Amino acid sequence: MQAAWLILTLDAELIEITLRSLQVTVTAVVISAAIGLPLGAWLAVNRFAFRRHVIAVLNALMGLPPVVVGLIVYVMLSRSGPFGVFGLLFTPTAMIIAQIIIVTPLIASIAHQVIRDLWSEYHDLLISLNTTKTQRIKTLLWDGRRALLTACLAGFGRGIGEVGAIMIVGGNIDNVTRVLTTAIALETGKGNFALALGLGFVLIGLAIAVNVLIHNLSRTERSSQW
Amino acid sequence: MVTPILPLRIEGAHVRRKSLRLIGPVDLEIAGTGLTIVMGPNGSGKTSLLRLMHGLERADEGRLEWAVPEVEARAAQGYVFQRPTMMRRSVIDSIAYPLLLRGVSRRDAATQAQNWAERVGLGDAVARPARVLSGGERQKLALARALIRAPQILFLDEPCANLDGAATREIEALLRDVVAGGTRVIMATHDIGQARRLANEVVFLLNGHLHETGPADAFFAGPATPEAAGFLGGQIVD
Repeated sequence: MQAAWLILTLDAELIEITLRSLQVTVTAVVISAAIGLPLGAWLAVNRFAFRRHVIAVLNALMGLPPVVVGLIVYVMLSRSGPFGVFGLLFTPTAMIIAQIIIVTPLIASIAHQVIRDLWSEYHDLLISLNTTKTQRIKTLLWDGRRALLTACLAGFGRGIGEVGAIMIVGGNIDNVTRVLTTAIALETGKGNFALALGLGFVLIGLAIAVNVLIHNLSRTERSSQW
Repeated sequence: MVTPILPLRIEGAHVRRKSLRLIGPVDLEIAGTGLTIVMGPNGSGKTSLLRLMHGLERADEGRLEWAVPEVEARAAQGYVFQRPTMMRRSVIDSIAYPLLLRGVSRRDAATQAQNWAERVGLGDAVARPARVLSGGERQKLALARALIRAPQILFLDEPCANLDGAATREIEALLRDVVAGGTRVIMATHDIGQARRLANEVVFLLNGHLHETGPADAFFAGPATPEAAGFLGGQIVD
């Protein structure tokens, strides 16, 4: 009941936490996509020594334990760490950094698989048309954009539901770094299961809403033949 | 002023995949104008020869020499694959694509692509996704995409395989126009009827060897080798 009341009355704190969750994850996914998509495409079209090993490592990084990522980012950003001077620990920026580290391998790995398949289909055509490597990567990213969008949505799903790393580097500070997942963890710890469950429904609804919105904007289903 | 890329001279060329010889030795000169048909039974090396000339395969032995440096020669060639790759784009964007690679503005590329789409009979289909086109339409798109670069030499790998009579007729009419426009065409086929209708010159391959080459009239009137005669007579040759 309490959860439903918070949602129906558009509780200010709930809205703030939800918007912060979106801000952190969307920022992290955008940056991860900017790194991961070209990286995946580059790995698909280039041949170099130890390429298979690099791809194997990238695939393995998809399963990176968030708590370990959080710990490493914490050490790096803490006062005694190499980036301590920037004072980023326990800020949304630290949470974004942790999410980028978690999400980028996922996007890059899926992008690599998508672009690898497309490259095998386009290979002869693009070689025949005398394309440069940059032109090939741009073409493959553009023509594979709908499948790559799914990679980004998978990254969003991983980021928005992440709790371990952002709890460590964000600290779950009220009005500063509290997001939906850390709030759920906190309320569960307090035994406030109804509120935790309500926040959980908001989180699920948010993830579904973003997916539906992106699919509709990109007309994924209607243009499946593309 | 366009620098002619022909003649193309191939001397003692071999193409191998691992230990398997695909073609070779091949000695051939492509010059002048007109349409050369590369013919031979399935597996004779027609596609490999076309891919070698276009630079999609490298000669493991021998050499291949254009009148200009290879980079320049590659830019003046077009290639239509037996199963053309359909990009995940509209018909007009697919045809315009080679021009965009060359830095032509989107507007100019679209205008030229529209002209080519109409010329190949795809004027009504420009907004459709390329991947939903029929087999004949795909070949027309591939032809338009190759021709929009104004190539000096156009390679076609069995462009009418699996097409019905009407589509084949349209493609052949288009090819006659292209040849009349001065583009040198090299086309692989094992359709003897089509070779008779189109060829000015014939290259006959068997088991990766260049068995016979010469003017089409002479080849069809009296082939010099018993294998070519057998092939033209409908026999199974290998």
